[in-house]
Formats: sequence, C-alpha cells, structure tokens
Amino acid sequence: MTALLSVQNLSVSFTTYGRRVEVLKSVSLDVPEGAQIALVGESGSGKSVTMKTIMGILPQPPAKIDGGAIFFDGRDLLTLPERERLKLRGTAMSMVFQDPMSSLNPVFTIYDQLGTILKYADRRLGRNRSGKERKARVLDVLAQVRMRDPERVAASFPIMLSGGMRQRILIAMALLSEPRLLIADEPGTALDVTTQAQILKLLKDLVTEKGLALLMITHNLGVVRETSGYTYVMNKGEIVEHGPTAGIFEAPKQAYTRDLIAAVPRLTGRDQ
Amino acid sequence: MEFLGFLVRRLLWSLLVLFGLSIVIFTIARIVPGDPARMALGPTASAEQVADLQEKLGLNKPMVEQYGLFLTGLTQGELGRSLLTEQSVNSDIRKTFPATLELVISTILFAFVLGVPLGVAAARWKDRWPDTLVRAIAIFSAVLPAFFLALLLQILAGYVLNILPTTGRLPASMSFDADITGLILIDSLLKGRFDVMGEAARHLLLPTLALGLATMGQIARITRASMIDVSRQDYIEAARAFGVPDRLRMFKYMLRPAFVPPLTITGLEFASLIGNAFVVELIFSWPGMASYGIRAIVQKDLNAIMGVVMVSGAFFVFVNLMIDVLVGVVDPRVRIRGSRT
Amino acid sequence: MSQQEALSNAWQNWFRFSRNPTAVIGAIIVITSVSLALLAPYITPFPEHVGAVVDFRNRHQPPSAVHWFGTDNVGRDIFTRVIFGLRVSLLLAVVVLGIAIPVGVILGLLAGYFGGWVEIVIMRITDIALAIPPLVMALAVAAVLTPSLTNSMLAIALLWWTWHTRLIYSLTRQLRSQEFVEAAETLGASKAHILFREILPNCVSAIAVKTSLDAGFVILIGAALSFLGLGIQPPTPDLGTMVASGASFLPDYWWESVLPGCAILFVALGFNLLGDGLRDMFDVEDVR
Repeated sequence: MTALLSVQNLSVSFTTYGRRVEVLKSVSLDVPEGAQIALVGESGSGKSVTMKTIMGILPQPPAKIDGGAIFFDGRDLLTLPERERLKLRGTAMSMVFQDPMSSLNPVFTIYDQLGTILKYADRRLGRNRSGKERKARVLDVLAQVRMRDPERVAASFPIMLSGGMRQRILIAMALLSEPRLLIADEPGTALDVTTQAQILKLLKDLVTEKGLALLMITHNLGVVRETSGYTYVMNKGEIVEHGPTAGIFEAPKQAYTRDLIAAVPRLTGRDQ
Repeated sequence: MEFLGFLVRRLLWSLLVLFGLSIVIFTIARIVPGDPARMALGPTASAEQVADLQEKLGLNKPMVEQYGLFLTGLTQGELGRSLLTEQSVNSDIRKTFPATLELVISTILFAFVLGVPLGVAAARWKDRWPDTLVRAIAIFSAVLPAFFLALLLQILAGYVLNILPTTGRLPASMSFDADITGLILIDSLLKGRFDVMGEAARHLLLPTLALGLATMGQIARITRASMIDVSRQDYIEAARAFGVPDRLRMFKYMLRPAFVPPLTITGLEFASLIGNAFVVELIFSWPGMASYGIRAIVQKDLNAIMGVVMVSGAFFVFVNLMIDVLVGVVDPRVRIRGSRT
Repeated sequence: MSQQEALSNAWQNWFRFSRNPTAVIGAIIVITSVSLALLAPYITPFPEHVGAVVDFRNRHQPPSAVHWFGTDNVGRDIFTRVIFGLRVSLLLAVVVLGIAIPVGVILGLLAGYFGGWVEIVIMRITDIALAIPPLVMALAVAAVLTPSLTNSMLAIALLWWTWHTRLIYSLTRQLRSQEFVEAAETLGASKAHILFREILPNCVSAIAVKTSLDAGFVILIGAALSFLGLGIQPPTPDLGTMVASGASFLPDYWWESVLPGCAILFVALGFNLLGDGLRDMFDVEDVR
C-alpha cells in the first residue's frame, strides 16, 4: 500500500552570505493514510525545513531543493505547477501552526480570518459556498475543536481568547477544508504543560475520529510517546533512525537516539 | 465597554495636559522681565497710562490670584482682551481659526491619502526603484524647510508658470461668508456655489502642498516600515500557507495591523505642522490664526499671544485624542488592553 | 566586554557604516559643513562682508567667478555670508542639544528606572511640553523677550529635552528588567552606578542617532524662527534671515533667497542622512 505522503531522498540547501549549507540530506519518510507519525529532532535538526518543503512554503531563494521527490496521493509535488500545489495547500494537506500568540492576525475577528481562508480554499477547489454556508462551516469546525460557545469565539478578536483557545483555533483552521493530512508543528509548545496535554489529546481524538493522517513535528519526546505509532528521528538534516514508537524507546539502535531519550528528565530515579 | 474606559483615560490625560499647558503659558506671560503694560504701550506712554493699563489687566494682584482669574476665564472661553484690536481675543481667534483649520485639515488629508499608498508601494517593491524613490522623497521632504518650499512654490507656480494663485483663500473679487462650518470648501459645496468652491480649492493647493509635503514623507516612511514589519509576522506566513492570494487581498490583511504607526505619527507630527502653519500662512497671506499670532508677537500683544498658544496647544491635544480614538477603532488590542503589546 | 570584543565591534560597525551610501554621504556633508563653519574667517573670500558693509555698485550681482553665490541688495558677497550663517546654525544646534540632551537623558533615566511618583511627574510634564509646538513656543518666548539668538535657543531647548526624555524613558524601562541590571542590583551597586554605568551605555547608540537627526531639525526650526525675524538680528548673517530678506527680490534676483535656502537644506540633509545611517548601522528602532 503506498503511503498518502511519501518523502523520498529529499535534499535541500540554503545559501546565505555566499555560503551554501546543506540543511536536508536525502531525507525519506512515509505517512500512510490515517497513520500517526512523529518526526523528532532538536532545534536545528531540519524538521521545520522538512515541513515547509512538504507544504511548499519554503522561500526559494535562499533555499534550494537539490533533489528528491515528495509524493502526495501518488503525485510528485515538486514537479507540479504552483497552481496545482495551491489546490492542495491548506486543503487536502493542512498545517497546524506552532505559536498561538503570533499566528493569528490581531486586528481581525476569528470569523474574518477563518472565513477568508475558507473562501479562498473554496475558490481554489472550485467549490461554491455562500456566505451563510461559510459561517456555518466555521462554527462547525470551532465546535469540533470543543469550543463551548462557537458563536462568541467567532466574533472575538484573538486578544480576548486564552492561549489554549487560540491553539484550538489553529487546529480548526487546519480542519476547515477537510484535510486528509495534518502536519502539526510543535503543537502546544508555547503553552503550559496542562494545556498542552489537552491540545494533544484533542488532536489525537480528532485524527482518530476522522481517519486523518497526522505528521507530528516535535522536539518533545513525551509528546511522541503519547501520540504516534511510528517515529522518525532526525539529526543535522538526516534521518538517523526510524521505527515503531515503542520499539524506538525500548531499544534505540543509534547512539543519538539513545542520548535523546536519556536527556529527558525523569521524575523517578530509574534509568532506562 | 472596554473602549469607553480607554476613551475616558485618554480624555483625562488630555485635560491634564491642557491644565499644565495653561500654567506654562501663564508663567511665560507673567514672568516677563519688565512690565507687560509698559511693553504694550511703549516707552512714550506716561506713568499714568501705564498704571491705568496695569489696573485694567489686573497686574497688581498676587500671582496666584491672577492665575486663578486666568483659569476661570479660560474655562469660560475668555481669553482676555487683545491690546491691539481692543476686541476680545476669543472673538479674534474665532474669526481667524477656521481658515487655519481648513488648511490643516486639507494638509492632513493630503499627507495621509498620498503618504499611505506610497508607503505601501515602497514596501511592496522593497529595494526596487519605487522603494528608493519613495525613500528619497521622504528624506528630502523632511529636510526641506516649509518656508523655503512655500517660497519656491510661490515663485514657480505663481509667478513663473502663473497657473495658481499665491495669496489668500479666495480671489479679491470674490467674497463669501462661510457661516456654516467656517470652511469655505465645505460651505460653498453645501450652498451650491461651485464657482466659489473651485476658487477655494485652487487657493488651497499651494499652501497645502508646502505645509504637507514633509508630513506626507514621514507617513510614507512609517507606513513602509510598518508594512515590512507586518509582512514578517507569523500570521501573515500562516495566511500564505493557507493560500490567501498574494495580491490585493493580502494587502488588506496586512494594512489593517500596519495602519496604527502612521496614525500615531500623524498625531506627533501635528505639533510641527502647527508650527509650520505659522510660516506658511504668512507667506501665502492666508488669513488664519497663525497670521494673527505673528502680528500679535510683533506688536507684543500679550493676551493675544497667550490665546494663540493656548488654542494651538488645545488643538494638538484634541487631534491626538481623536487619533487615539481612531487607533482604538482599528486595533482591538488597544481597545481592550490599552497597548499594542 | 573585553578589549578584543570592543575592537571587533568597532570594526564591524565601521564596516557596516562604510557600506551604507546614505550614511557616508551624510557624514561627508556634516563634516564639510562643520569644517567650513569652523574655518569661516580663513576661507571665505570677503569676510568683512559679515559686518555692516555696503557696496552699492555691486548690488544684486548674479553668481559669478568672483562672487560664487552672487551679491545681495547692498552688495555683500552671499557665499561668505552663507558660510558664516552656517556657523550660526551649527552653534544653535550645539547649544540647544547641549542643554536638551543631558537634561532629557537624566530625566528619562530617572523616570524609567525609579517608576512610581518620579515617573508620573516627569512623564506628565513631558506630555505637556510635547503638546506645545516648538515653533509656537519659540515664538511666544521671542514675543515676551527681545528677539535674539540666545532667546531662540533658550526657547527651543526648553522644549527639546522632552523627546530625549521619552526615548530614554522607554529604553530604560526595557533595560531595567534585564538580567545584567538585576545582577548589579543584587551585588549592591549604587543607583548612580546602575544608571550611568549599566543602563546608559546601552542607550548610547539610540542617543547618537537621535542627536544627529535632531541637529537637522533644530537647524530647520532655527531657520524658520529667523525667517520670521525672531532670530539673530542683522547685519550678522543668518541663513533664515537671508532667505527672508531675499524673498522680496524673487524671482528676478533669485540667488539671494534660494541659495541660502539650499544651504539650510544641505546641512539638514547631511544630519538627517547621517542619523539614518547610524540608525541602520546600530539597528535601532523607534528613534525618530
């Protein structure tokens, strides 16, 4: 069975101040339909670049894709014209952004923002939705992310809402056009631990309910254990290890992975 | 509801500033070396005449009492009597203020309506020729003294090319009583006198340009910086990631958050705008409050001077209050939290 | 910061500065103007024309090889008078800023660091002073005292410190909560030490930028004042006065008004570009 998303031997380099740096070296990963995959690595390992390249929002100078392919639903995204990629971006393939404080436009209401995104997504997909239908859809996704009063939230400005609520709105944003793949960029890291746990649970529930594929990008190993079945470990632009999550944690093959796991502070005194 | 709280706070600040302003003005006027009465009458006046005037002006009372009188007078709009025209300063200013108001309003509109799009264009084509052009304009307009520009414009458009009038609000042959708003442009429209309106517009053109070019440059510059700043924000990248098209729509999305700095700058610039209005009005023989003020200064008409300074300060405070309200309307963060961070 | 770091910082700054064309141009203009002003008596062709000299045979001469900027209505060489006028403008800037900056900086530091009453009082006074247009204030002061250069300088300085107070105030507030300040406080450093040896050095770049920009604006306001006849009195040359007296001869003898005006423009431009360049170089925000 071919995976929904299949990244094969992706290589990306950055050129700044005349120097060229390889940020991704032949990275490969698969996300099967409905699966929950994690991509783990510390800051600077290249996971954000991977994500941005998949979504197609990498600024192409100064970055350059040196080689490889990204298959989504059997089609290589890198060979598609931008118009076709636009049809997938934010629709079939959607992102949950990281920072709820800065990822929402402060001067527009939630409805304005989500409604605009929906309007243009519809346009790209050739779908015709009336204003009323759009409003209904926005309220619908807000309800899906467990907002107690979707109407009030839709009419609010980001500043009136808590961090947890804003993060849920970011998830709602991704769900607007019924995606098949969700890429979550360090969800909840900007929030306190309890709220983050709630967010992760919400994500997991939604994904399971809807049969979505989830690619979770994170540096937080605790998150990985809870949410994914399969893990890719990334270091310095390369995938150093991958396998079923439980297996990785119990018997890490690579030194790097072992160090990563060992670096997690433990509450109990036991060593793994 | 929170907005109301915000407004009330701004209003209180404004009142405080006005109060402080009155103290400053009073101090200047009274802590004057020499005797205001003698100064006004000149060295040829007799001691009697001076004493008379002193009595009239209440100069013999203790300072604090004088200030008290001054303040109560102020609250009633009483600015004293002009030593020159023998009219109440209040009525003098009321006659001349509308002309200044018309000039200032047209200047701010000009500066904003031209400045913001220029700034947006400069940000959009950053580091390319529109950007360089706008930045050059901004710099030059900032260092070009308003009076110099006014002179140059006068010669160029008025004498050399002879296409625009160079003095006054209306040609000498035309007279019009702007009794509704005091603004000839509006009142003539309301009364259907399009001939007057046309002339008024033509006469407004040069003074507005002279006064407003520097402000326009500043607004363009700030808008540019603000737009660039906003374009780097996460929420813009998020919008792009979700496919919001990179054209007009994106600009509306970026312009609203970017709009506040230009607004605030206009408020701050207003102080220098009023200052420059003095010079521009003089050069174009514009019958406004500033001309009145200059004459008062030359004649050492103390009450008139104080009145003009007070009104200028009050004008500034009022405009900034309006701008604060506008900022609150545009940016919900300010409405609710009182700041943008 | 070690000596090495300081040196490499200086080198980096110089590097960035010299790459920035506007900054370099600004610096050149400023240095030229200052040099011209300082050397005025030695380099001008007709230094005696600064005084009450008349030469009616040579009045209203257009620019020529002898009189680069032409002559005015009583025959004086305009070029000489412009250079001396530059002196006056620069002197104005130096005096005004020399008063305004120390006062403004100290008040800003106090208000930003101590907060509470001190902050409220200082900032309210600042707000009030900001509400008065500097030109209007100068006019008012000139009205009640005799018009002269000193009084103009006084009037402008009385208001100018407020801009610096505001700037330093907001900077101090930001810096106050930073770790190095906390460290100094914990170590028991005196308030004076914290203010002047910890916080102030971090404000220097912003002050430098603002000073440069301010110099330009002060010169412009000074010119406007003397244009109105409230500055230095004739026959001492002053750029604003020259523009005013030359204005009556426009457009025929344009050089009498336009060239001094261009000189004002030139100097103000230099300071403005320099300030901009410094701002880019130090990467300072929020400085107008």
